[in-house]
Amino acid sequence: TAIRLTGELANYQGVWVFIEQREGVVAPVSLELLGAGHQLAKKLDVELCGVLLGDRVSDSVNMLYEYGADKVYLVDHPVLHFYRTETYMKVFVELVKRYAPEIILMGATTTGRDLAGAVATDLATGLTADCTGLDIDGKQRIMLATRPAFGGNIMATILCKNHRPQMATVRPKVMKMMTPNPGRQGVLVTPEVTLQEDNLLTQVLEIVKEHGEQVNLQEAAIIVAGGRGLGDRAGFQKLCFGLAEAVGGQVGGSRAAVEAGWIEQKYQVGQTGVTVAPKIYFALGISGAIQHLVGIRGSDIIIAVNSDPDAPIFKECTYGVVGDIFTIVPKLIEQLKEKGGIRCA
Amino acid sequence: MHMIVCVKQVPDTTEVRIDPVTNTLDRSSAPAIINPYDSHAVEEAVRIKEMHGGKVTVISMGPPNAIEVIKRCIALGADEGYLLSDRAFAGSDTLATSYILSQGIATISRREPVDLILCGKQAIDGDTAQVGPGIARRLGIPQLTYVNHVAGIDPARKEIKVHRKLDDAYEVVVAKLPCLLTVEKEINELSYSSLPNMLRAVRFEPKILTVADLQADLSMMGLKGSPTSVSKIFAPPQRSGGEICSVEQLVEKLLELHSNEKC
Ligand SMILES: Cc1cc2nc3c(=O)[nH]c(=O)nc-3n(C[C@H](O)[C@H](O)[C@H](O)COP(=O)(O)OP(=O)(O)OC[C@H]3O[C@@H](n4cnc5c(N)ncnc54)[C@H](O)[C@@H]3O)c2cc1C
Ligand SMILES: Cc1cc2nc3c(=O)[nH]c(=O)nc-3n(C[C@H](O)[C@H](O)[C@H](O)COP(=O)(O)OP(=O)(O)OC[C@H]3O[C@@H](n4cnc5c(N)ncnc54)[C@H](O)[C@@H]3O)c2cc1C
Repeated sequence: TAIRLTGELANYQGVWVFIEQREGVVAPVSLELLGAGHQLAKKLDVELCGVLLGDRVSDSVNMLYEYGADKVYLVDHPVLHFYRTETYMKVFVELVKRYAPEIILMGATTTGRDLAGAVATDLATGLTADCTGLDIDGKQRIMLATRPAFGGNIMATILCKNHRPQMATVRPKVMKMMTPNPGRQGVLVTPEVTLQEDNLLTQVLEIVKEHGEQVNLQEAAIIVAGGRGLGDRAGFQKLCFGLAEAVGGQVGGSRAAVEAGWIEQKYQVGQTGVTVAPKIYFALGISGAIQHLVGIRGSDIIIAVNSDPDAPIFKECTYGVVGDIFTIVPKLIEQLKEKGGIRCA
Repeated sequence: MHMIVCVKQVPDTTEVRIDPVTNTLDRSSAPAIINPYDSHAVEEAVRIKEMHGGKVTVISMGPPNAIEVIKRCIALGADEGYLLSDRAFAGSDTLATSYILSQGIATISRREPVDLILCGKQAIDGDTAQVGPGIARRLGIPQLTYVNHVAGIDPARKEIKVHRKLDDAYEVVVAKLPCLLTVEKEINELSYSSLPNMLRAVRFEPKILTVADLQADLSMMGLKGSPTSVSKIFAPPQRSGGEICSVEQLVEKLLELHSNEKC
């Protein structure tokens, strides 16, 4: 465990996780952060708290205990129905000032990044963005927050030595959720805050779900992604969709495939697309540019098919097949079908 | 409508190399470019100007050679440009950067009040997406991040309506002006620079603002004003390299995984 600090910084204690929810549904990243936060809290010998803001969201509180929270701060108010920076920030900052945590974690989602940037500025403290690793330096009682920068070309470990709380946003799908412990109990705190709809400067009119089929690459167990090597739209259709169909996977693409118009942008994997963490990731005709690799490093198994034995993807993959996709992939599909396949239920 | 667009000069991260011996970034290997998201912010401001009239001012904080990105914005149709440049700014993290930029914006808006501030969604080098929210907080105005469509501006009511991109949906929001937007690339397609704008860009000289011009607090900028510090930089861990196999072997492995993992 870590040393205790003295002086002003010692007034800050505990690890907080912002529990992101929309329409009452808790974002998976928040549960992952409870897992990560639990590790930090153990090393610091402090409690792990979830901070849940919203409108009629108290049903989720028990789940947060089950995923590791010792305490939940709940602010339930109609004005908090939609996420808005101005209201969420006001409440969050007020809670921080009242209860003084030493660490705050939020998901590096659009909402988490929006809120974290505003809160950190208001509190005039340090915020490390988009982390992929968190640890504690016990001798100094400081959080070590590691993140990729420069388009994934480097990793940097960032500290916030003299300010509290120490804040970080963390990428979805890199931290592990704990196995829920059914019936685990915690302490509920429901602080009073004053909130009024009048005088607010922003108003959410509606949330429009993107039409078309739901893509949820982030949650997919198997992803078959195609790149420029597939040659044209027909090749992409036949091989990428073909293999995806055979293994019950979701289709994704490199930016080159997206730019060629073979697949929509929302299917793009990588730095400017989605970060994925499937059990199996197939990379067909993808060279393995750093901007692509940073999006797939959370995969359990990466399988690459590429005709160039020196393609960087082979350094990163678990299994590689060197050769022409147009002969290899049809063979793969056929043999999998013959042997009963790996299709998930 | 007076709009200020914040633009950052960045190294082209596709060209960045890391020195394998010293583990430091070799910036000289990469050409300096305008942050790609920021050119879309400039484009959007110019389009708004074409519809509602007004003026587009760009500001950048950076070394003297960041003049180049300001010139690039003039070619894209911006009217005015300021470079915030001072040794005291060096080493600023996002908290300090947003302080310096907000002081710059406040300085400019004392002469010409600002209605709308635009930033990119994030810079491709630091990649934090924190500077936009930081500026909005310091100026005490609403922030609308990840905007992929401006649905309308009502100058009389001083309101803007935008679409904000969420993970699997978009949100329609109305905010009071002045406010700050951070924009996605999908917000627009860049237009070609017109010849007159290109000529103007060649001759254009931005105004340079230093610490003295900003009436800024030295303790809030540079390393001193930055709560975060980089303690270690290293190359991303590489996997040791995959096992090369035949299709038949791959099928075996997949079937084995399937039976073990029940996937
Ligand atoms: C700021 C920035 C952000 C970016 N973000 C992303 C991102 O989010 N996602 C992303 O993917 N990229 C991103 N990129 C682009 C990235 O740098 C690469 O350009 C891109 O990933 C290349 O896609 P690719 O691998 O499909 O194409 P290529 O690099 O052209 O690779 C094609 C591969 O196919 C192989 N091939 C060709 N024919 C065959 C065949 N018949 N059989 C087998 N193999 C074959 C080739 O050997 C080659 O390795 C970004 C770039 C920048 C600058
Ligand atoms: C390896 C590394 C990691 C870092 N990690 C962190 C970190 O986790 N937390 C932290 O606080 N700082 C961090 N920094 C420092 C940070 O990169 C700088 O403060 C940087 O100047 C601003 O952040 P950004 O590039 O991420 O910009 P972003 O916040 O991503 O930029 C968003 C938008 O703000 C505007 N903008 C940003 N900078 C400027 C500028 N100089 N001039 C005009 N407009 C601008 C642009 O419109 C831009 O599109 C890190 C630096 C390095 C080298």
